[in-house]
Amino acid sequence: MTESGEAQGGQPLCIGVPKELTAGERRVAATPESVKRLIGKLGFRVLVEAGAGDEAGFPDRLFAEAGATIVGRAAVWSDADLLIKVNAPLLDPAAGVDEAAGARPGLTLLSPIQPAQNSALVNHLAAKGMTVLALDCVPRITRAQKSDVLSSMANIAGYRAVIEAAHRFGGFFGGQMTAAGKTPPAKVLVIGAGVAGLAAIGAARSLGAVVRAFDVRPSVRDQIKSMGAEFLTVELEESGEGAGGYAKTMSPEFIAAEMALFRAQAKEVDIVITTALIPGQPAPELWTEDMVRSMRPGSVVVDLAAAQGGNCKLTVPGENINWNGVHLIGYTDLTSRLPTVASRFFANNIVNLLEDMGGAAGWKIDLEDEVVRGCVVLQAGALLWPPPKRAAPPAPPAPPPSAAPPAKAGHGHGASASPPSRWSSVAALVAAAAALGLASVAPPGFVQHFTVFMLSCIVGWQVIWSVNHALHTPLMSVTNAISGIILVGGVLQAGAEPTSLAGVLGAVAILISSVNIVGGFLVTHRMLQMFRKGA
Amino acid sequence: MLFAAIDLGNMQPMAYLLAGLLFVFALGGLASQESARRGNLYGVLGMALAFLATLADPRVNALPVILGAVAVGGAVGAVLAKRVEMTSMPELTAALHSFVGLAAVLVGLSSYLNPGRAMNNVEHVVHAVEITIDVAIGALTFTGSVVAWGKLQGRISGRALLLPGRHLLNLSLLAMIIGGGALVCFAGEGAALGLSGFGWLLVIVGVAAVLGVHLVMAIGGADMPVVVSLLNSYSGWTAAAAGFMLENDLLIVTGALVGSSGAILSIIMCRAMNRSILNVVFGGFGATPAAASAVEQQGQQVEIGTEELCEVCLDAREVIVVPGYGMAVAQAQRVVDELCRTLQARGARVRFAIHPVAGRLPGHMNVLLAEAGVPYDVVMEMDEINEDFPETDLVLVIGANDIVNPSAQTDPASPIAGMPVLEAWKARLTVVLKRGKGAGYAGVENPLFFLDNTRMYYGDARKSMEKLVLAVKSASAG
Repeated sequence: MTESGEAQGGQPLCIGVPKELTAGERRVAATPESVKRLIGKLGFRVLVEAGAGDEAGFPDRLFAEAGATIVGRAAVWSDADLLIKVNAPLLDPAAGVDEAAGARPGLTLLSPIQPAQNSALVNHLAAKGMTVLALDCVPRITRAQKSDVLSSMANIAGYRAVIEAAHRFGGFFGGQMTAAGKTPPAKVLVIGAGVAGLAAIGAARSLGAVVRAFDVRPSVRDQIKSMGAEFLTVELEESGEGAGGYAKTMSPEFIAAEMALFRAQAKEVDIVITTALIPGQPAPELWTEDMVRSMRPGSVVVDLAAAQGGNCKLTVPGENINWNGVHLIGYTDLTSRLPTVASRFFANNIVNLLEDMGGAAGWKIDLEDEVVRGCVVLQAGALLWPPPKRAAPPAPPAPPPSAAPPAKAGHGHGASASPPSRWSSVAALVAAAAALGLASVAPPGFVQHFTVFMLSCIVGWQVIWSVNHALHTPLMSVTNAISGIILVGGVLQAGAEPTSLAGVLGAVAILISSVNIVGGFLVTHRMLQMFRKGA
Repeated sequence: MLFAAIDLGNMQPMAYLLAGLLFVFALGGLASQESARRGNLYGVLGMALAFLATLADPRVNALPVILGAVAVGGAVGAVLAKRVEMTSMPELTAALHSFVGLAAVLVGLSSYLNPGRAMNNVEHVVHAVEITIDVAIGALTFTGSVVAWGKLQGRISGRALLLPGRHLLNLSLLAMIIGGGALVCFAGEGAALGLSGFGWLLVIVGVAAVLGVHLVMAIGGADMPVVVSLLNSYSGWTAAAAGFMLENDLLIVTGALVGSSGAILSIIMCRAMNRSILNVVFGGFGATPAAASAVEQQGQQVEIGTEELCEVCLDAREVIVVPGYGMAVAQAQRVVDELCRTLQARGARVRFAIHPVAGRLPGHMNVLLAEAGVPYDVVMEMDEINEDFPETDLVLVIGANDIVNPSAQTDPASPIAGMPVLEAWKARLTVVLKRGKGAGYAGVENPLFFLDNTRMYYGDARKSMEKLVLAVKSASAG
């Protein structure tokens, strides 16, 4: 169908934005701001279903002002070339629900699909000859980050999880000391430091809580610390680094150690937020019944994996229950609870993807493009999912082993920088032999001067290593000045026989070295005057 | 003679010892900014003491000649020191090195003509060897520094001149110097191979001068900091050699101090480029046109406009500025300081990250920033600040290239592989101010410019910064 940039009698491609039908959904796939970009920058036409943005805080009026045409449900599905949605179309043949029933043949749909779990839906859409891009399958590569709805939504879910927990929790997050008594800060444990986990850490920290975080991937340690949380770890050498930046399933020994750690934490923490998910698999059970039992009454567990079976089996998806005094929150619509910002991020992700795919004029489903190939599920009804395996997943950048050590060696005592090799000991022996040989023929005064020379070298070596790097230029200019000490030689020569050639040479040497002495000291002084400390 | 009434036999060595100690304190004072100024004063005192003690030597007459020469030389030095632009410090340093070399040659020749005391045969040979070493190193330092000065001034091309068989040439020049030295010893009071000893000394000076020119010509512009440090070291050793020749311990002590100082600076510079000193001196590195790196650049350089950059600056809480030689060339340090102050006034934390080989002289960037009024406690060394890049909102790379090149860590085939670099790419956003789309001094392509979180801001560093400061200031005001 829309391989070319135009459809329907030469008009620009048309994007449809329906109102979401999924129960409890408040988000919308476009905002007035994104509509402006779709029309102005990318050249699309936009149809918005009446009332689509009401619950996200974007009334029809604003969409119309942005240039969209407000139409009814049927028109959105039948007139649009591309349909953008926050949720996969509902399909329940038993109940007679088929959200995509009114789709026109050849429609291109952009929405989260989860093709692995929703084969019935994929087959259904294929039968209609639709082209489907699954937004949840955008590859996790740097270039595609701006189109990655999973990340942008996970960020919001993580934040909201903390807000929900704070809402249920009976105390402050930050500690307080008042005349009416004192209260310690809440202790929050975040399990899984993906995007949602990190967002939860940030939100809990900024409310003042003490936050700990656990993740099987050691590489996220720094990220956790940078958000201000303590990194909990299991004393076992096993990396949980899996494909595409996700975690992988761990060995039984590791899980046992992990569980022991959680049991110990359960007695201490007030809030637990679990975010552990491996795509395409049911959520791993991490927070067991006995852990919940050992938590203090009034504690809160927020399970972000509730929709996929839950990291805590006691949570009920979509519900908040009180289990023996512990609040178990299993809301599956956390992002929808921040509908305005969630819609904005979602809409921006889509605009970015559409821009990369050529906009209205250059619209193309380019299967050579890694991002597009990753999320194309159907093309004109033909199943293209799963995409062929790419080369190795982007491994986390391990620090190059050779890079760091030489840099560090530059400080302190340079003499010990490299272990003496056999050659250097040979050289030392030769030098010692030569020195002895020299001493046997040299006049007595020479040995004494040589002693002074060697000791001075050692003193110089020690003193110079402690010079501040920032003062290396003044160091050079002051050594310029003091190497003008050759003046002394000139004075001795010129002073003895001022009229001979020897004396004249000496006098010129005096002149030249005085340039060094005066110039060197003055310029050093000038530079050092400039260095001043901040107020 | 000057203070004839006092027994000077022991006082002069003691004065020299004190002067030597004062020089040690002068260098030691540079360990911190607080003590550095006092250190410089110690240096001046030491020099004055040494000068007076030498004047007091009974052998020294002709006071007017000496004082006249000092006055003239001192005046020239004072004018130089007063006029020099801080951006031209590398040139001044190189020039001063050449003076030490020249003075050492002159003193050496003079010492041959007038050894100052009667010598037996063995002493004469030892003296001749000492003079040979002194004039050879002196001449090499002199011409080498002149070439370095020319390269820094841009009067001589910065590219490395690589003659065929240059190692052989160096070796044969060295052999000629040694041979010449032997002939000076043989010649004694008479002649050897038809030339007097003095004649052979002049030959040695000539050969060493050629060697100095050739050694420095073969080193590329990117390695100038190492060259200048090396010449600094040579100027010290030549003074030490003069000390042996004149049997003067103060010259030996001072020469050894300066020689060690230059050697250590060279080592620091070489480590900062992850190369051995031999590789720098004989490698001819700076000139190898970068063999097109095997890794093709992916993506493209994305430009950023003044307005957008201004917004980024206003939003950033943590800012790190990475200055390079380009900032010095464009004389942009004052505008950079102004921008930083404006951002600081808005509550951002602004710091500077200095790579050891940024600029053309060790510590050059620090001096330029100090001149512009940047407080030294926000100017960080590489090791102090490298870990902070991941938590930085904005990195401004001003006229620097190789020192922020990630391929030093990632591409083993890169000519700068293994060189420690500032990890600017780890920041949330890196903006590179650059004159045009060329490669760095090392001729290496920089993948940093092609990253998603890098923006390019083309133009002369000072003009770009002026535009930016204007935009930021009007935005802050409004």
